[in-house]
Amino acid sequence: MESEPILVVENIKKAFGPRVILKGVSMAIRRGELKVLIGPSGAGKSTFLQCINFLVTPDAGEIRLEGRPIHHSRKRELYAYRQQVGMIFQDFNLFDHLTALDNVMIGLVRVKGMDRKSARERAMAEIERVGLKEHAGHYPAQLSGGQKQRISIARALAMDPKVMLLDEPTSALDPELIGEVLAVIRDLVANGMTMVMATHQIGFSRAMANEIIFMEDGLIVEQGPPSVILSDARCERTKEFCSKITELYGEAS
Amino acid sequence: MPEGIAAILNALPYLLQGSFVTIVVVIGAMALGLVMGVPFAVGQVYGGPIVRRVIGVYVWFFRGVPLLVLLFLFYFGLCSLLDINLSAFTVAIIVLGSISSAYQSQIFRGTILSLPEGQLKAARALGMSDTRAIVFVIIPQALRLSIPAWSNEYSIVLKDSAVTYALGVAEIMARTHFVATRTYQHLPLYLAAGVIYLLLTYLGVKALRMIESGTRIPGYTR
Repeated sequence: MESEPILVVENIKKAFGPRVILKGVSMAIRRGELKVLIGPSGAGKSTFLQCINFLVTPDAGEIRLEGRPIHHSRKRELYAYRQQVGMIFQDFNLFDHLTALDNVMIGLVRVKGMDRKSARERAMAEIERVGLKEHAGHYPAQLSGGQKQRISIARALAMDPKVMLLDEPTSALDPELIGEVLAVIRDLVANGMTMVMATHQIGFSRAMANEIIFMEDGLIVEQGPPSVILSDARCERTKEFCSKITELYGEAS
Repeated sequence: MPEGIAAILNALPYLLQGSFVTIVVVIGAMALGLVMGVPFAVGQVYGGPIVRRVIGVYVWFFRGVPLLVLLFLFYFGLCSLLDINLSAFTVAIIVLGSISSAYQSQIFRGTILSLPEGQLKAARALGMSDTRAIVFVIIPQALRLSIPAWSNEYSIVLKDSAVTYALGVAEIMARTHFVATRTYQHLPLYLAAGVIYLLLTYLGVKALRMIESGTRIPGYTR
């Protein structure tokens, strides 16, 4: 791994009133890497991910994409940056009043200013890529959880992101629907997408992640390759947590 | 009673012309209320402290002062003070519309706040500006959810429009009053007026129901 990191996040801090959520979290990710965030709920994983694309404004810290620092107070720069950082939410957040196709098209038409015809073609290509061609005309309320999440991945991919942030993409899904979403994400890894993903899918992380980052109480406790973190962690707390989720979510992916 | 029925039948074409005036006043006021109410609601939810304050004062004023006072204030007060010549009909629409915008803004504010927070987050995450997110994601959903409360607002504006007779707007109430004082058939004529209002309420609410089901999002249960 000789290349410069594509995304560098330095010393992010965030407090909501007296509650300190992030106490200084840093991360650097290279092109094509998958980093997995694990940790108990309340550790700050979700806030950290949302700080990376400024859905939550950090109190302190710096973020650089391809070496360029992002000034989030400059609106234009912020919007341009967010186009390059795709976000997948735990509860999908598809636009409820739009069909699957329109959900994928809206960013192309309203943000990128593409004409409707080419936007439609591009959107259909992404929807086919997540295997939902026949469902393009359906509204979110007519889709299963797994299908919604796959459409939301298509919506993010259509924007040609350089990095994707996935905030527990399978946590809201029924167990039998998790596989189809993980398959799509696995496909992204295979195609070289750079991703930061909060998840407790241990089997998936063991197989796919370049690095696992264990967070607790707003800090990174330990990070390293899956083989080390999952079986041979230095920190007692990491070990305890990993054995618990391994027990709970199993080894199979 | 036959004179009563005769009085209604004689007055009916005249009263129905009045219904037409009423309908135009109500549609005008509702439309004005919508055009002003939506930005007010957006300002109250997403605006800064000053914007919220100004809109809050506006809503407080138009919800707090009686309709009749506002009508006289605008028609006899403001119009002569500013030396502008507006017809009673126009003032009726402006005043009813301004009041309705205050109430409608609160309807839309409620539905905007009822939308999941994730809708705006997802739009922002795509790189959409807040303005675009509000126009293309928030408002289309909020408007759909507002239709039931909006039909309530319609029936209120319809009934309030009767008060504009005090300015001499030739709507249902003014015409009924005019005929009744000439023929002394108060009971049958005011009954007829009441029935016309009931019918207009029924038709309007029915029309809004149709719009509601026509714009319903498939699979969406709420």
